[in-house]
Amino acid sequence: MATKRLVLNFPPHLLDQPVTYQLIKKFDLMVNILRARVTPKEQGRLVVEITGRKKDLEAGLHFVAEVGVSIQPLAQDVLWHEERCIECTACTSICPTGALSVERPAMRVTFKHDKCIACELCVPICPYKAMEIVF
Amino acid sequence: MAKTIQEINEKIKKGQAVVCTAEEIIDVVKTKGLKRAAAEVDVVTTGTFAPMCSSGAYFNVGHTTPRIKLGGATATLNEVPVYTGLAAVDLFLGATALPEDDPQNKIHPGKFPYGGGHVIEDLVSGKDVKLVAHAYATDCYPRRKLETWIRLEDMNEAVLFDIRNAYQNYNVAVNLSDRVIYTYMGVLQPKMRNATYSTSGQLSPLLNDPLYRTIGMGTRIFLGGGIGYVVGSGTQHNPSVARTDRGVPRVGAGTLAVTGDLKQMHARWLRGASFTGYGVTLAVGIGVPIPILDEETAYYAAVTDADISAQVVDYSEAYPNCIPGNLGEVTYAELKSGSILVNGKKVPTAGLSSCVRAREIANLLKGWIESGSFFLTQPVVLMPSTDSGVRLKPLQDRPIENHCPQSQTPEAGHGPVT
Repeated sequence: MATKRLVLNFPPHLLDQPVTYQLIKKFDLMVNILRARVTPKEQGRLVVEITGRKKDLEAGLHFVAEVGVSIQPLAQDVLWHEERCIECTACTSICPTGALSVERPAMRVTFKHDKCIACELCVPICPYKAMEIVF
Repeated sequence: MAKTIQEINEKIKKGQAVVCTAEEIIDVVKTKGLKRAAAEVDVVTTGTFAPMCSSGAYFNVGHTTPRIKLGGATATLNEVPVYTGLAAVDLFLGATALPEDDPQNKIHPGKFPYGGGHVIEDLVSGKDVKLVAHAYATDCYPRRKLETWIRLEDMNEAVLFDIRNAYQNYNVAVNLSDRVIYTYMGVLQPKMRNATYSTSGQLSPLLNDPLYRTIGMGTRIFLGGGIGYVVGSGTQHNPSVARTDRGVPRVGAGTLAVTGDLKQMHARWLRGASFTGYGVTLAVGIGVPIPILDEETAYYAAVTDADISAQVVDYSEAYPNCIPGNLGEVTYAELKSGSILVNGKKVPTAGLSSCVRAREIANLLKGWIESGSFFLTQPVVLMPSTDSGVRLKPLQDRPIENHCPQSQTPEAGHGPVT
């Protein structure tokens, strides 16, 4: 089994198509929608975690790309501005996946992109605006 | 054998002073024993980097042509109001000041993106800020309006002056209610799902000299990346609190008032901070050198996180309503482990004070002293200590509805009749 966290960008003409349904039904994939923004006549964005057999995952992603959805890894949309971070650790107790965590005993803050689900909980917590999510 | 500050300075001059950070001294005392550690180590450097709200700066911006009287006028720096109740072109800016049009908490929780602390950071970064003033005209100061860009280097004086910094110990904040609360201790999740703390523990300046034996008025310090001085005890200095048998206060106790030339400072060590739902402030970097004069100063400076405990306080009900008591005590060793036990519940912890930056400050200060560019000073006056009787008082409300001073009638409202 393989898992990918992705941002799917749907062009306006696809908004009335059940693309996610096809992913589940045709390719036997588990699609966990982490965030979604769908507005009429505009580009739609879906943050998803897709799990399935590697072969199915590849085929499914090939399918969505074919129908015109652009795919990018989630990590690209979550920015940790290291130069703004003072490593106070305030964000780390709130992060649900441990993407933001503390290396003890040095008390250094680290951010692991692959663990982040873009829940945005850290954004209002950071007094120094070090976390930014670009959607 | 006791040492004097003069003797330590002689060693610094010759490049022979032995300097340890407040973390390094712990191992030195452990391996060599107190007696040898006190004899061999000359200075212990401390550090802290955390939001400190009672910070601010005063400026003399220079006279315009024709002259304008900013004293008693309204003036802003990047839209943030400054205090003008001083002479013609002197201004004071407080870290928590907000632009007049900031929506504050009208849509809760407010974002507080910019304020006094950020103006100080921008100035120290060398950025241009907008000075706008509206004044009344006088015969000697005829100009009424000023709108200009100004930089730190343009000013005659720019001085950081913080009336309360470096709190000696502090509460651990939790939230017992069933809603999220937004506090100066950060965002606290309902039903005690997180706990926040805010000192650098074993690196913290006043926790390494708990009875204020060496720190006092005139102590030269690392301040905001430059050199500063202790003005004296800060506001709310409260030495008469419960302490452990090694003198460490169990709650917030001593504080420092500090000052230094803003033009020497660096934005890495003075950072504007926005607390969602609470307001703006300034994170300040401070490092205080502690001269190891005798075994006693070495003993106090070797304090460890396990020796320092703090009280867990509910910020949903107990803190806002000044309800005494607490939910128990935890040590800094526990806090820095990532979780604490409160009423049998495991609560994840997070800091507001950066231990990484505190350590960096202690090491920078150590480097300055070792290279002979920073000398210690003998304090002119020590701060009130445990025997002073100084105590923090709450404000006793005395309602004024029926209070009618001679110059004022209740119908006329507030303010003296002129």
